[in-house]
Amino acid sequence: MSIQVKDASIFYGDFKAVEDVSMSIKPKSVTAFIGPSGCGKSTFLRTLNRMHEVIPGAYVEGKIQIAGQDIYGPNVDPVAVRRKVGMVFQRPNPFPTMSIYDNVLAGNKLNSKRIKKPEADAIVEKALRGANLWNEVKDRLGKPGMGLSGGQQQRLCIARAIAVQPEVLLMDEPCSALDPISTAAIEDLIHELKSDYTIVIVTHNMQQAARVSDDTGFFNLKAAGQPGHLVEFNPTKQMFTNPDNPDTEAYISGRFG
Amino acid sequence: MTVAADPGADPGVDPKSELSGRGSVGDVVFRGLAVTAASLILVALAAVFIFLGIEGIPGFNVDEQHYAGQGSFMGLVVPLLFATMYAAVLALIIAVPFSVAIALFISHYAPRRIAVPVAYVIDLLAAVPSVVFGLWGAVALGPYLVPAHAWLAKNLAWLPFFDGQPSGNGRTLFTASIVLAVMILPIITSICREVFAQTPRLHEEAALALGATRWEMIRYAVFPYARSGMVSAVMLGLGRALGETMAIAMIASPKVLISLFIVGTNNPQTIAAHIAQGYKESTPDRLSVLIATGLVLFAFTFLVNALARWIVARGRAK
Ligand SMILES: Nc1ncnc2c1ncn2[C@@H]1O[C@H](COP(=O)(O)OP(=O)(O)OP(=O)(O)O)[C@@H](O)[C@H]1O
Ligand SMILES: [Mg+2]
Repeated sequence: MSIQVKDASIFYGDFKAVEDVSMSIKPKSVTAFIGPSGCGKSTFLRTLNRMHEVIPGAYVEGKIQIAGQDIYGPNVDPVAVRRKVGMVFQRPNPFPTMSIYDNVLAGNKLNSKRIKKPEADAIVEKALRGANLWNEVKDRLGKPGMGLSGGQQQRLCIARAIAVQPEVLLMDEPCSALDPISTAAIEDLIHELKSDYTIVIVTHNMQQAARVSDDTGFFNLKAAGQPGHLVEFNPTKQMFTNPDNPDTEAYISGRFG
Repeated sequence: MTVAADPGADPGVDPKSELSGRGSVGDVVFRGLAVTAASLILVALAAVFIFLGIEGIPGFNVDEQHYAGQGSFMGLVVPLLFATMYAAVLALIIAVPFSVAIALFISHYAPRRIAVPVAYVIDLLAAVPSVVFGLWGAVALGPYLVPAHAWLAKNLAWLPFFDGQPSGNGRTLFTASIVLAVMILPIITSICREVFAQTPRLHEEAALALGATRWEMIRYAVFPYARSGMVSAVMLGLGRALGETMAIAMIASPKVLISLFIVGTNNPQTIAAHIAQGYKESTPDRLSVLIATGLVLFAFTFLVNALARWIVARGRAK
């Protein structure tokens, strides 16, 4: 599923957080967003599955299309959009009262769908294998999801997101709360997931962006209090070797030290 | 021991002022206040208990004539306790769904400019004195509900609650339970609203991002998070319902009896109502019987609350 964004401006009430973003995200690729804190990466990411509007007063202007369909069209149900566009958050957020098994199935059980037990078992196993977690938890599927380590919880959240077979997967700094080993596990996972999903990831880690992504978007603020904007959007290789914009180069090399 | 006698102490620095500092004066004062308040409550509670004990225990065993025709203390208190519990449970059955729905409306459905006034009005309801509710139930709501009584007795007579001759003036346990429900609604609503509103955003967004509708999000994120808070709210509501005197005494015309029938003229009488109605015309013996029933109510409410705490604590530990 490709994603086309045209002239998107994003608001929190009167405050314009992001201005005039246009980009084209290729299907079955990994796209990374980088940029300084507060420049609107998360805000922009959350408009891609209409999660932005759950904040009171928040709205979006401009056009965002996924697979050619305007997701902000008048007849589009945001709930349907979110089923197609999964999301993984910065902090792992499994449902605290649910077992590992139920956490994975949470999305599948929505909209009062009934699933037969063998089918449910198959979904759970497939999703957990997909998230590289199966071997670690297959003997304790009935235990609470909160009993896992942070890295395992984050992979559980990825499993939960892919169990509903979305077309796009959004990840907002999915590794920022994790140790290097868990991070490596999730990066490997992103590589594998790329063959089935369009992935968009926000990261503060330049090496991570360089390692996992095909394209990179650099967001920046013109000045404090100004809305964030997209400075440059290019293939990752080019961004990290020969960026078009001197600001991009300054930011990337600054971070690289 | 003096400072000079302590070889280890640095004479230049008073360790006390360095470490515990003058900034903690506020702490000390506040702690004093908090401890005093907490102890005062305990003392008051103990005083009430001792009063009830001293004045009430003789009432367990006085002359038969003082037990309102029931022959013995047990004969009197068991039906009263039954009715107390019955009325409180009926009120809860009516109040809890409304309270939860209103609390959800305020915390998750209504826009702020509607939610705030609604919450305020519900809180105001808690400030209305019991007498006013009682009067309203007896004079306004009761007569208004007479057709409802007739309908229930006619169409739902297969349920023991409605099987019998319906009351002609609506001054029944049915009406009283509704009034009681209105009285306990504010406390349940406001506690539920608080806990609902504290649901972590992270969990709400986890559900929404999976494609949950608002109601599904509430089932996935809000209710599991709020469960123990809701139990406390219900238990506090139950505690209030158990002790509410005036409403039931003013509305229903009660008899000491055990009966599930709630839309008739003869209604099971609660302990609180029994005391409220009886104590004017009392002899000392009759009074100590009334106080003894009060002691039973006190112990019972205490047990209910202890049970509630236990349930809440167990819910948390899980
Ligand atoms: N709920 C909100 N209400 C109002 N303003 C918000 C809200 N969330 C974010 N903002 C503002 O929007 C701007 C962009 O924030 P956003 O969280 O998208 O930045 P970010 O690029 O993700 O930063 P970080 O790298 O620190 O996560 C900031 O100025 C922020 O203060
Ligand atoms: Mg962010």
